[in-house]
Amino acid sequence: MPHTAAFSATPALNGPGAIAAFERDFAIQRRRARINWTIASALFLFLFMATAWLGDFFKVTQVSLPDGSREWRWIIGAGLPRLGEYVEKTLPVLRWDTFGADLAEWFLRWKVWVKLLIETILIAFMATAFGVIGGFLLSFPAARNLSPNKWVLWVSRRYLEIARTVPELVWALIFVFCFSVGPMAGVMAIGLHACGALGKLYSEVNENIDMRPLEGVKAAGGSWFDQIRYGAVPQVLPNIISYTLLRFEINVRSSSIIGYVGAGGLGQEVRTAMSFQEYTDLSALFLIIFAMVGLIDFGSEKLRHRIIGLGERA
Amino acid sequence: MLPPDIWQSWAEFSEIAKGLGETLSMAFLGTLLGAAIALPLSFLGARNINRLNILRLGVRRGYDFIRAFETLILALIFIRAFGLGPLPGILAIAVSEIGTFAKLFSEAIENTSEKPIEGFRASGGSRLQQIRFGLLPQVNPVILSVLLYNFESNVRSGTILGIVGAGGIGFLLSDRISAYKWDEAWSIIFLIIIMVYVIDYLSGILRKRIIGTWEAAK
Repeated sequence: MPHTAAFSATPALNGPGAIAAFERDFAIQRRRARINWTIASALFLFLFMATAWLGDFFKVTQVSLPDGSREWRWIIGAGLPRLGEYVEKTLPVLRWDTFGADLAEWFLRWKVWVKLLIETILIAFMATAFGVIGGFLLSFPAARNLSPNKWVLWVSRRYLEIARTVPELVWALIFVFCFSVGPMAGVMAIGLHACGALGKLYSEVNENIDMRPLEGVKAAGGSWFDQIRYGAVPQVLPNIISYTLLRFEINVRSSSIIGYVGAGGLGQEVRTAMSFQEYTDLSALFLIIFAMVGLIDFGSEKLRHRIIGLGERA
Repeated sequence: MLPPDIWQSWAEFSEIAKGLGETLSMAFLGTLLGAAIALPLSFLGARNINRLNILRLGVRRGYDFIRAFETLILALIFIRAFGLGPLPGILAIAVSEIGTFAKLFSEAIENTSEKPIEGFRASGGSRLQQIRFGLLPQVNPVILSVLLYNFESNVRSGTILGIVGAGGIGFLLSDRISAYKWDEAWSIIFLIIIMVYVIDYLSGILRKRIIGTWEAAK
């Protein structure tokens, strides 16, 4: 817009001139707001239509009606009854008089599941351990204020970014190819992803520390490692523990699904149940994962609050 | 495995470009739908709007329940109902975001000041007008910031939904990996990384333009 109206430079403070100036400025402001609003709405509508077209959102599909005829329907309307049907199939038949037997039938494979449940938690634990070691070591060269020189900073930051941008499931696909099917691939995949995510969080903590203790260690003749060890680590430790526990919760969630691509844990049972159409097994597995994640979240939250002292303040 | 394959013709690359576009639209529409459903629900879970304790706590447990479902598992369920393609991915992201958004939005609503709302009540505004003009301007920056952040994170998580068959770039990636075309797989991984960088950069700019000034005014 070449001729944008400008606000009055020095409006009169009283008299009819002041009111006129105010009305003029107000009109300009309103017009600007309206133009911005129109542009933003048009852009938004365009984005919405483009993404809806790419995402098949308004697709119409054929459905079979109960009398056998076929009809064109909007895909979401057509799919919702099938969704309900599917969820209904996963619900087990539980009768009150034969409750024990029905429950036993529902959890028929419990021996396998308990073993895999333990494996899932162990994968999450190992992966968190690897992630913490890698992230902790790399967080100091990746922090702007602590890095020895800018090349080390650049390399470690890019490494952490690549490790966390590629999702765990993709790392798992790669590691399943390298180390064959089993929990080992899962540990490597989640560990690498956790290393990237934790390294970033830790390095942000490191960038917010007080630099004076490090100067003190330097003045006393300490090397770079001494400065980090005695100047930086004691300051960041509480935050690091809290982030680590949070990451453990996230890792439990991801290790419960990572088996879907063959990397160990309960996910492989989900895949088996899906492909064998064992619908009630699916709901049992959901319940187990739900309970496990809930329990671990609860325990870790309690522990976290105790460590950062939130329990005392509240 | 290395060096990564470089596509020679547009015919080969257009499939990959469509996959990237599908992943982006899955993240965009999923975030949008989730937010559209979560915003009304979030008022039910806010202490200063919904004074019925039992209903409020029930709604809050509802958010927790939705959040407990993994996006990937939701995608598996939606694929059964809506068929392969990006649509189940959109719905999976939307449903799993409902819980997150509703929780974050209702916390934002609880953290607002009562004073503007009282002002509108004093000048005779109805309850709806009090919320529209007194409360929404206070929570808008928070909502926008949450939306942007979750859009970024959904671009990341949208890439994996394809592995179970929900369209997007992940579908092409898992396809290449199962065919042992590792050079193409690496190129796709690098493209994903570049896409995530670009999205993070753009949303950083947007965040500064839209929210930065408002946060300063608060």
